[in-house]
Amino acid sequence: MSAQVAGVEESEVRVQEAGYKHLLAIADLEGDDIIRLLDSTRSFAEVSTRSIKKVPALRGRTIVNMFMEPSTRTRMSFELAAKRLSADVINFSPTTSSVSKGESLKDTAKTIVAMGVDAVVIRHKSAGAPKKLTEWLDCSIVNAGDGMHEHPTQALLDLYTMRERMGRLEGLKVAIVGDIDHSRVARSNMLALNKVGASVLLVAPRSLLPEGIEKMGAETTGSLDEALRWCDVLYLLRIQMERVNESRFPSLREYTLEYGLTEQRWESLEKKPLVMHPGPMNRGVEIASSVADEVESVITGQVAAGVAARMAVLYDVLGGSRE
Amino acid sequence: MSEEILIRGARVLSFPGGFEGEMDVRIRDGRIAEKGSGLKGGKVVDARGLILAPGLIDMHAHLREPGMEYKEDVGSGSRAAVMGGYCAVFCMPNTEPAIDNSSVAEYVYDLGVDRGLCLVLPHGAVTQGREGTALAPMGEMGSCRAGVLGFSDDGSPVADPEIMRRAMEYARTMGALIISHSEEESLTAGGHMNEGYYSTFLGMRGMPSEAEEIAVYRDICLAGMTGAKLHLAHLSTARSLELVRSAKKRGIDVTCEVTPHHFSLDDSLLVEYDTNFKMNPPLRSKDDVNAVLEALADGTVDVISTDHAPHASHEKETEFDVAEFGVVGLETALGLALTRLVDSGLLKVEEVLRKMTEAPARIMTMERWGYSPAIDEGANANLVLIDPEERWTVDPASFESRSKNTPFTGWELKGKARSVLFGGEFVMRDGAVVERAELEAPGRGTARSGTAGARKPIAQAAKAGKSR
Amino acid sequence: MTFRARARVLDTEDIARIVKRISHEILERNKGSKDLALIGVHTRGVFLAQRLADTIDSIEGNHVDMGSLDVSLYRDDVSMRPAPKVEVTRIDFDLAGKTVVLVDDVLYTGRTTRAAMDAMMDFGRPESVQLAVLVDRGHRELPIRADYVGKNVPTSGNEKVKVSLKEVDGVDMVEIGEEEQ
Repeated sequence: MSAQVAGVEESEVRVQEAGYKHLLAIADLEGDDIIRLLDSTRSFAEVSTRSIKKVPALRGRTIVNMFMEPSTRTRMSFELAAKRLSADVINFSPTTSSVSKGESLKDTAKTIVAMGVDAVVIRHKSAGAPKKLTEWLDCSIVNAGDGMHEHPTQALLDLYTMRERMGRLEGLKVAIVGDIDHSRVARSNMLALNKVGASVLLVAPRSLLPEGIEKMGAETTGSLDEALRWCDVLYLLRIQMERVNESRFPSLREYTLEYGLTEQRWESLEKKPLVMHPGPMNRGVEIASSVADEVESVITGQVAAGVAARMAVLYDVLGGSRE
Repeated sequence: MSEEILIRGARVLSFPGGFEGEMDVRIRDGRIAEKGSGLKGGKVVDARGLILAPGLIDMHAHLREPGMEYKEDVGSGSRAAVMGGYCAVFCMPNTEPAIDNSSVAEYVYDLGVDRGLCLVLPHGAVTQGREGTALAPMGEMGSCRAGVLGFSDDGSPVADPEIMRRAMEYARTMGALIISHSEEESLTAGGHMNEGYYSTFLGMRGMPSEAEEIAVYRDICLAGMTGAKLHLAHLSTARSLELVRSAKKRGIDVTCEVTPHHFSLDDSLLVEYDTNFKMNPPLRSKDDVNAVLEALADGTVDVISTDHAPHASHEKETEFDVAEFGVVGLETALGLALTRLVDSGLLKVEEVLRKMTEAPARIMTMERWGYSPAIDEGANANLVLIDPEERWTVDPASFESRSKNTPFTGWELKGKARSVLFGGEFVMRDGAVVERAELEAPGRGTARSGTAGARKPIAQAAKAGKSR
Repeated sequence: MTFRARARVLDTEDIARIVKRISHEILERNKGSKDLALIGVHTRGVFLAQRLADTIDSIEGNHVDMGSLDVSLYRDDVSMRPAPKVEVTRIDFDLAGKTVVLVDDVLYTGRTTRAAMDAMMDFGRPESVQLAVLVDRGHRELPIRADYVGKNVPTSGNEKVKVSLKEVDGVDMVEIGEEEQ
């Protein structure tokens, strides 16, 4: 499809096949969309290496960061991404807002938008909250993490990192280790990897694997050692003390013994996989401190990729249109 | 003295007999005066093509009064009921305060008499405050003018098996019925939808089927142990229904109900996070829905109830995990039953209507309220005229209920209640509610005295010894 | 939408001659290749810039700096959804003190050139900027002119100019035609 545009040299414009108004979930994207966003991420990564780290693509647009769950890293990443595209950014969080006075999400959202906003980036503890916003608001909605459901921009930056480091995605073998049940990062990554032709192995005790997860496109195993023999990429998830309190497994010590990337495990590997983590790491729990030091650069790379990936997403949902 | 009504040419459906063919039925002074053909005289109602059946009875609705009248009250609830073809509604005691003593029970009963268009009767709580620790006074509630027969902590289970056991033993003595909301809450804590592929895909904590099945099995065992009458509310899973099937085979005095949403919808419909699909028990898998349909067909399911659960829009237009559980159902139940069960060929219309009239009447001993499932001369005229061919689209904006939380918006249904007679007067006519002010003798035809409403303790049941 | 050619205005040999001629013109105007840099505008401008750079290198015997520029993030006039695909911008040399020749395939309204200059300025401050295009089809909307033109091709508003290059399209040619549904 080519766009019919006034005053633009046709032969110079390579138009994308699709452009979404919202980015709510990887589940809504095709494999081609993901590749397109990854390619776009590479271009935006270049912008971040310039001395003037800014392009005017979203000049005059207003983006609200509605972070209803604590998060410094993701919020900063989105803020930087928006600013590097020359958009104006407003940060909104519950402690400083009327939500703590009991205002409903719907009323909060409508108030913000009444001020004239082009996009809302929302992080919320309730699955489906971004979807609800699309029912109440006219502007673009970008999901920065909704409960246990999805964290699409995390998956995009993760796949970008994998592609840059490993040179490919198709046929790549990715093991995701940890609290799969509570992890929106695991869900988004699983879906995205499947769509681009990679294979996913989930590593966790049964008590951390949600019902029917295999149908979302992965094999499962309770053995980290088995996964280490198989995978090209090892993606570690954070494990939290709450899970011990819910009796998902006996103790953090036991978790580290069975599922931690210990020094011993790391040293025993002939072929070391690419180790990734969405951050922040629990040193000594899911990853030994010394191993964390070794793989630090990948994780900081993920952070840099995060800004570029979020620029790609914001450009995709808002770029080009004045409506 | 009201004028006679002559309902002409309807297909009369009477229980236990079944269809009696096209007949004319004369109503006078609140009773069925005459049945025959070629009758003349009185105000004629042309009922050709319609079914004349005993008025529907809903054993399970939430009318929210006292305490939550912004969602619904007895008046608006009874309007919704008659729109749906009902002439009697039993309301659950999870109000504020709970219906756990005769004062509140009589309060609700009196509201029904003063404001209702149909019979509105309260169930009582099993435990005081529905807190699950101390028995509520079943005897007192039973012998007051509300004549409470059914007891339930619905909304919640009776979590402690020992308490449920004692409640059942006491209920048996009182001749009362225990209606159980069977749910093992430790398994469903924090859950908002059925546990399965969809809850995983949508990233929500689920409520596994086993939570219902474990509790159903427990309650059936306790019923067998105590000899109590048990009615299992809103069953939703295949294995729950299997458990009922085998319990009945073993001779345990258990009955059960399902709701129209549990025979029409499954959990794949939650992908849009639409809170109008959120209720407890939740929508289950397609296999469970098929099992519900099978259980309706083979008679395992005795009753179709609505579990009408109104909620205000600000309680539903929220994040999914914050939204209240429940959907309204009084105005769509008959249409869904006729469309999904009869029009599909699964069941005959008389079998479906039996589950909405004769069966609940028998379980709730409605004869003491003057209700008869037989359309016989001399019986009180509590009747519904149903058009089995009428096609209509569900539009919540037109609901009589104060709340509009339905999952069936836009559904095209075939079959609707055209009119309802209560005590021989039209309370709903040609698809519109009749205002109370226009009624001559509202509530005529229902017993009003406490003794007629009460049931007496069964002397023999006081004897010790378990009956298994 | 498909392009239906009505006439071919340049063929393979024409384009080759143009590249040679413009290379000489650039060297003549700038008195050699010292402090010269070529920056191609994505996509086909980049390949043209490469050809010019190769030609200049072979004439002068030394290597002239070359870069590529994506302008989609700098467009000001577009109301289009979906937004244009973003390509990589690569300018590995310092622009200060350089005479930059922007290279593009078609000059039309001038808006792309304006965007290219904005984009380039975010990288640095060249000494001066010149513009080389393969085809100038007229209908300027901004005060922009090309310093080096392959061929002037007068067109009407509803005609389209289609440039094909071997590196991208398998063949070198320029056609005029119409777009039809």
